[in-house]
Amino acid sequence: MATTVVGAREIQPARFWASTNGKKAVMAVTGFILLLFVIGHVLGNLQVFEGPAQLNAYGRYLRAVPEILWAVRIVLIVSVVLHIWASIALATRKMQARPVGYANRENVSSSYASRTMYWSGPIILAFVIYHLLHLTAGVVHPGGQFIEGDVYHNVVAGFSVWWVSAWYIFSMILVGFHLRHGIWSMFQSIGFNHPRHTPILKKAALVLALAISLGYISIPVAVMTGLIK
Amino acid sequence: MELKSRIPSGPIQDKWDKARFDMKLVNPANKRKHSIIVVGSGLAGGSAAATLGELGYKVSCFCFQDSPRRAHSIAAQGGINAAKNYQNDGDSIYRLFYDTVKGGDFRAREANVYRLAQISVQIIDQCVAQGVPFAREYGGTLANRSFGGAQVSRTFYARGQTGQQLLLGAYQALERQVNAGSVTMYPRTEMLDLIVIEGKVRGIVTRNLVTGDIGIHLADAVILGTGGYGNVFYLSTNAKGSNATAIWRAHKRGALFANPCFTQIHPTCIPVSGDYQSKLTLMSESLRNDGRIWVPLKKGDKRPPNQIPEQERDYYLERRYPSFGNLVPRDVASRNAKYVCDEGRGVGETALGVYLDFSDAIRRLGRKTIEERYGNLFDMYQRITDEDPYQVPMRIYPAIHYTMGGLWVDYNLMSTVPGLFVIGEANFSDHGANRLGASALMQGLSDGYFIVPYTVGDYLANNKFPSIDESDPEVRNAVACVQQTIQKLLSINGKRTVDSFHRELGKIVWDYCGMSRNAQGLEHAIERIRELRDEYWQNVKVPGSGADLNQSLEKAGRVADFFELAELMCIDARERNESAGGHFREEYQTADGEAQRDDDHYSYVAAWGYRGYGNYPELSKEPLEFEYVHPAQRSYK
Amino acid sequence: MRVTLKIWRQTNRADKGRFVKYQVGDVNPDMSILECLDVLNEQLIERDEEPVAFEHDCREGICGSCGFMINGVAHGPLPATTVCQLTMRHFKDGAELLLEPWRARAFPIIKDLTVDRRSFDRIIAAGGYISVSTGSAPDGNAIPVPKEAADRAMDAAACIGCGACVAACPNASPALFTGAKIAHLGTLPQGAPERDRRAIHMVAQMTAEGFGGCTNIGECTGVCPKEIPLEVIARMNHDFIWGSWRERDNVVTTMRPFTEWSTGSKFQINEQETD
Repeated sequence: MATTVVGAREIQPARFWASTNGKKAVMAVTGFILLLFVIGHVLGNLQVFEGPAQLNAYGRYLRAVPEILWAVRIVLIVSVVLHIWASIALATRKMQARPVGYANRENVSSSYASRTMYWSGPIILAFVIYHLLHLTAGVVHPGGQFIEGDVYHNVVAGFSVWWVSAWYIFSMILVGFHLRHGIWSMFQSIGFNHPRHTPILKKAALVLALAISLGYISIPVAVMTGLIK
Repeated sequence: MELKSRIPSGPIQDKWDKARFDMKLVNPANKRKHSIIVVGSGLAGGSAAATLGELGYKVSCFCFQDSPRRAHSIAAQGGINAAKNYQNDGDSIYRLFYDTVKGGDFRAREANVYRLAQISVQIIDQCVAQGVPFAREYGGTLANRSFGGAQVSRTFYARGQTGQQLLLGAYQALERQVNAGSVTMYPRTEMLDLIVIEGKVRGIVTRNLVTGDIGIHLADAVILGTGGYGNVFYLSTNAKGSNATAIWRAHKRGALFANPCFTQIHPTCIPVSGDYQSKLTLMSESLRNDGRIWVPLKKGDKRPPNQIPEQERDYYLERRYPSFGNLVPRDVASRNAKYVCDEGRGVGETALGVYLDFSDAIRRLGRKTIEERYGNLFDMYQRITDEDPYQVPMRIYPAIHYTMGGLWVDYNLMSTVPGLFVIGEANFSDHGANRLGASALMQGLSDGYFIVPYTVGDYLANNKFPSIDESDPEVRNAVACVQQTIQKLLSINGKRTVDSFHRELGKIVWDYCGMSRNAQGLEHAIERIRELRDEYWQNVKVPGSGADLNQSLEKAGRVADFFELAELMCIDARERNESAGGHFREEYQTADGEAQRDDDHYSYVAAWGYRGYGNYPELSKEPLEFEYVHPAQRSYK
Repeated sequence: MRVTLKIWRQTNRADKGRFVKYQVGDVNPDMSILECLDVLNEQLIERDEEPVAFEHDCREGICGSCGFMINGVAHGPLPATTVCQLTMRHFKDGAELLLEPWRARAFPIIKDLTVDRRSFDRIIAAGGYISVSTGSAPDGNAIPVPKEAADRAMDAAACIGCGACVAACPNASPALFTGAKIAHLGTLPQGAPERDRRAIHMVAQMTAEGFGGCTNIGECTGVCPKEIPLEVIARMNHDFIWGSWRERDNVVTTMRPFTEWSTGSKFQINEQETD
């Protein structure tokens, strides 16, 4: 004869970060900051179509006050770190949550973008690192000399190499996908949603993601087609 | 055996108040020293366990499903009655009481029914406060509809899922107590025997359905809320798992079984389509508000319904009952469907079905209106039958739906075994020979939330409970009985599966103790059931072992009990020489084929006592007195 | 018609499990897939083999007992339908169907297609209710509930707790289930006083159970037999975020997830004892 006791209790403090919901909220907020950056960045970049003087002036303007530059950079770095940290934590949970996988599982109602966040994310990270080395630090700069301060030259020279352009275009398509899901998901994660808003939000996310992605892609395309020299 | 119904004296409207005042109370500090077992987690069991937990008792609650939220109360569609009179249409507690006694064909206890009508009002308040999303008017007040032919709108509903929402309310209240530590939940656990020591119920023996472990649970009182026994018929609208094992084993330990022949047949179910059929699906009664029921005039007319011209159709309910037409009560509608099918005029491949035709309603009201009213039901019909009811008439046939009979209980809902309380569909108390629509939910919640928590307290305060343990001979005896039955079932290793026996049993009961019965048929049925039962114990095949999840073994034990219960149903039906509500004896009908009661001889509750395997049971009678509602012949002409 | 059923067979939690192929002939297109399994089980018993254990009860799509994957889709190909109402006419004659149980750490397999979903009960026990004891309720019409709120609450309350959302989710997250209860109760004025507490406790229990986290993919709503909308998840997030802030001083308790079965005082079946 034996009696099994079940249902023991655990006491834990309400930890926002400990829950997956909290992590998603952090991802939403950091994602929003990164979205703002991405929008600002594409608007800045598009000045390349106005010629070298305008673009180089814009480059100098950004670096005019190093304190502000570094403040922005720190916010961005913290956002990226938190965003990645949360996503790694979620991915780990995902792997633990289904120790034995399905022999077959079909997708019924989800978007391609939503299911590929876990690999569009890391590729974008790899791209960002390359991008910083390429056009910010100038360490890896195929296709000619990197000239500190001559943004226009660096861009045109860089994108003249076909595989650099291809890599940029590919990454920007992924950014588009990432944003298409991310922008809508952000609202969901911070708890803003309503049956009437969902379709509008999803459409808006698609339009914005497409606009940002095409905005970025237009630059290497313009260089490759000779529109910008 | 003399049956003490313990109905309080005084005017009917004061009886419950008086009873409550006269009850002894348990000191709050002592409550947690009393352990109470609740078997079943539906509307009755779930609400009782939650309420007793709130009061501070040590409660254990058992259900055979994987979660208390699965209990079959969840499938009730229509609604729940309450005498709120929110619609200002002349409803009152007295009217609900009157309708229920009359609807039950004068075979229910007046005092119980009156209490039910009184409590109905509190149930709605309780459920609203729990967050049951009842339908609302634009002003934010509760909406009502009229249901089951009632002349007032007193039915509260949550879309077509009222049972689900009420059950989830009780389930959530129960889980709150689980979290608080006052209720211990035992899911996937089946009660297999009752432990009676020195004349009092002191616990139950259970089997865990996953591990096969036999468990002993000792307590000061046991409450059964395990539902009805409709699955005797194999095909019914009950859930596959619904069973009578708990009440039957309690019956074998001394609890009397009352009115087992009172079973209700619902007229609008989707007809059987083949031998593989495992259960019947109910279509809401509300369909009869706009649908017209008919069969072809000619026997064996196999033409598609749309090709049968108007003058060759027989709208038999409208013809026979000009004033009520298609809205006659459930028992009348069901019986007439059987008659026309027996005449060979049934429709569909099996010829066991009648048409429920919406073409007139669609023509008159437009398809859109019909869609709004019945869209989800039409969709469900189409999903199951692959026929579009907007184009071709639905086919319907009656099916077993509810059992009014059950364990006999007194006014305090206690059975003839002290300490054993029976609530909800498992008892016999409130519906007489026929239950009105939207009353089952009301009774389950009334028993569970508002009656049994008081009456159990009274029992606990009035009795002493000497300490006992697992070594008690009665405990060992009960465990041995359970183990023997399991071993026996596993060791027969015959040729036929449990389901094949169950299907055959169901057919016998349906044919001879279903919509209409006669003495000769019932005697034949009793004989056939005995033969089949003997074969069962020789030739059933139960694979696997008793030490893990074995669904065949679970079924085998339940079917064994259904055999004995089926026999008792036939005996009771044979003994009751009158027609009343769901019990229609062909020998006792008026000149125009309506049920004829015999109030002089049969105005009593027939309570049967178990006298051993194969022995004729002992009949005790509780006379019924009608002080307020005077028995009259029901007429729907 | 004939079908081939490739069914996951697993004796108990310790067993590794495997797919076994069965041919079922004489399938009537009007039977549900559960009735098809009934037919198969009858044949297996007659052949002295163990029947397939699968969960089922009401067989009319409301109790939430049944459910398994058919060809990789929870509850099979028909939207808004549980397997008990999925008739065989939706499959081609001669089709091969792969039947697999829900898979998640928090839904350990009991046998074959049957899983243990008590984690769902514990999530409800953590806070999925309105704390009102029997007898303390005001009149039903004392608190007016706007019709739209009642309707939206009902949309969420339709959840049957079958677990398909977890099964279909690439993350194995029960966010739709938990969100549905939080949205149901939180939308009603009666549920407002406990909104914060309810959300943080239910989320804490959900985390303790070892489910994955919702990443807003949306597979859940596509397979949900009651078509619970994704918005309920946003509702949960909203209540959780604000609740975490407002209840920051309070302690949250969770129940330890368990997979054992409590039996009371336990007797093992002992063949010698009963002879």
